[in-house]
Amino acid sequence: MTDDLIRRHLSRRGLLQTTAGLIGGSMLPTMPAFADDKPAIGSYPAGVSGSTAFIGISVPRTGTYAVQGEDELKGYQLAIEHINEGHELIKKISPKTSKGVLGKELKFGVADSAAKPNEAVQAQQRFISENKAIMITGGTSSAVAVALNKLAQREHVLFVCGISGSNDTTGKDCVRYGVRQNFFGQTAAAAIGPVMVREFGKGKKAAYLTPDYTYGHTVTKSMQDFLATAGWTTVTNQVAPLGAPDYSSYLLNVANSGADVLINVNWGHDAVLSTQQAKQFGVLDKMKLVVPYQVPFIARDTGGLMQGVYAATDYWWTIEDKFPLAKMFNEAFEKKYGYKPEWGAENAYVSFAHWARMCEEAGSFNPPDVIKTYEKGETIPSLVGDVHYRPEDHQCVRPVIIVKGKQQKDMKNKEDWYDVVEIVPGEGLMQKPDAFGCHLGDYT
Amino acid sequence: MISWPNLVSQLFNGLALGALLALISSGLTIIYGTLGVLNLAHGAMFMIGGYAGFVTYQYTESFILAVIAGSLFVMLLGVAMERVIIRHFYHRPHEDQLLVTFGLGICFVELVRLIFSSQSQIVPPPALFQGITNLGFMFYPTYRLAVVGIVAVALGALFIVLYRTRLGMIVRAGIEDSVMVDSLGINVYRVFMIVFGIGAMAAGFAGIVNAPVVSLTPGIGDDILVQTFVVVVIGGVGSFPGAILGGLIAGEIISVTSMFNPGYAYVMLFAAMTLVLVVRPHGLLGVQGRE
Repeated sequence: MTDDLIRRHLSRRGLLQTTAGLIGGSMLPTMPAFADDKPAIGSYPAGVSGSTAFIGISVPRTGTYAVQGEDELKGYQLAIEHINEGHELIKKISPKTSKGVLGKELKFGVADSAAKPNEAVQAQQRFISENKAIMITGGTSSAVAVALNKLAQREHVLFVCGISGSNDTTGKDCVRYGVRQNFFGQTAAAAIGPVMVREFGKGKKAAYLTPDYTYGHTVTKSMQDFLATAGWTTVTNQVAPLGAPDYSSYLLNVANSGADVLINVNWGHDAVLSTQQAKQFGVLDKMKLVVPYQVPFIARDTGGLMQGVYAATDYWWTIEDKFPLAKMFNEAFEKKYGYKPEWGAENAYVSFAHWARMCEEAGSFNPPDVIKTYEKGETIPSLVGDVHYRPEDHQCVRPVIIVKGKQQKDMKNKEDWYDVVEIVPGEGLMQKPDAFGCHLGDYT
Repeated sequence: MISWPNLVSQLFNGLALGALLALISSGLTIIYGTLGVLNLAHGAMFMIGGYAGFVTYQYTESFILAVIAGSLFVMLLGVAMERVIIRHFYHRPHEDQLLVTFGLGICFVELVRLIFSSQSQIVPPPALFQGITNLGFMFYPTYRLAVVGIVAVALGALFIVLYRTRLGMIVRAGIEDSVMVDSLGINVYRVFMIVFGIGAMAAGFAGIVNAPVVSLTPGIGDDILVQTFVVVVIGGVGSFPGAILGGLIAGEIISVTSMFNPGYAYVMLFAAMTLVLVVRPHGLLGVQGRE
């Protein structure tokens, strides 16, 4: 099966089938898997007729988001391992889990999305049709997340969103068959905005570096909207394509703009490169830097340029002092992979743990039942305290963590990059569920 | 309204960007001009030059050694490529050449990813060129300034090799008419090997010289490859002076357009290329060359 899939995939973004012997799953007769005898929909019940359930994972393993994609993948793999063995941490989040989900062992396939929507959709379409994937996941690029939202709704297969910061993902492009654990760009702006106003004052001039796709534009707009309430103005917004090879032209515009603060919305290697070059061009000596949607590993990869820089993030490992589940996760992750997890891995792990919980609570893999369980909006555990999913837009309401880059002399170890400034509860940060025009669509 | 300090800054930045593009493109163009092979692995070779230099720097902490190692490693890689694979494709259709070099490029990129992961790697500029220089009208990274000089010297060296040596004369004759060169008793295939090595070395040299500016990732050659082809087309396929002129024009187009709207930089670049092709189908300084 593995070799067969690889042979049939000719581009560099090969499909890495990490499971074996699953082809039989697609040949099994369609029959109800459970006594609840629900009508067939999407991959249900065909995908869970045997002793396994398949998850399709698409993450960027090449391109500008590759580092973050690999980290995200590790979070997924650890979650699947924990779910299959009935690990103690999973049981804290999903008490009804014994081994696997509803007794089915989880299998998975991985495809490289390269942060390109078409690549991700093609790969997931294959996972759905050939492997009868019962759930799909992916993201890192919100453009991919939005595309997979549409695929999930069309195919009636649940999409548990990976990394995605766009307001569109659970906003105007939301779907009944999609759920998201990490927060809106709007939420990040609402959390970090007051900190910036407190730190830098009112009426400041901001320059933006914005990646040219849904995530970039929505996060920048959210930041602009929030900061405008404190009299901030935008003196320049430099929109760059994903994976720009050089930011010198953009940064010259920023350097000559008279801005007080540079708000770098770029992500992945784009953020690393643009920040490094901002330093090279003296921009960081002229103005303060803020990263409103933190990029995993940016502190490490920029060689310490995040010192003194504020960022909003889903997770930083030092919150383990306050959250016992975070400590358990950090220890398990570090034991397996040899480094402290950042928020991509955390988001991946929690998303799967929540999905396992919803299936167990529903007592079925039947997508409408699982979705309705999410929509109960019950308070459930996560690695950052209790959270819940909003029934109206399938967005998880969860805290935002504001961090500030530590000076080198204050770092206790080589991964102690940030101080946690504040953990801002999610409820007060969220706009109304219909503010971005979300209409979920049908169950069937 | 045009901000003059910004315009001057961008014009200057265009010169720096253009110089680098000129160097990479010159390698591509002499390979194509002489061998008739469009080397789609050229971007990957640019990337490998950076990584070979990075590894050398890790062990020696000498930037000069890194530059030498990056250049030589890619030159040897180019020679090996030509001997083992490319020479079998001289008389095959262009699409076969494109496919084989494209495939090699992919293999190189994935091999580097396998060894170094996707994490970006940093080669710091030499101590002499660290920091920022005040040019009076603007502040500019010292190393980028140095790159203009380094590239100018490298292009000068290439020029001397191509226009002031016997080898260069043979190479240029090969560009014009390789069959005649062969008829005159010169081992044209050995010349081809040397040319491929020189072209590859230009890419490798550019890769390591560029490394402190951008930080290295396995995909770094992908975007450069596209720009390089545009440069070659604008300047004239197979023309060494054309590569330099095309590089400078491309650098200025990208930079000046970026002043108004960076999103249109590449649109303008391709628009300029189209315009050149309409007015001068063989490029600004192109020759008929091989067909």
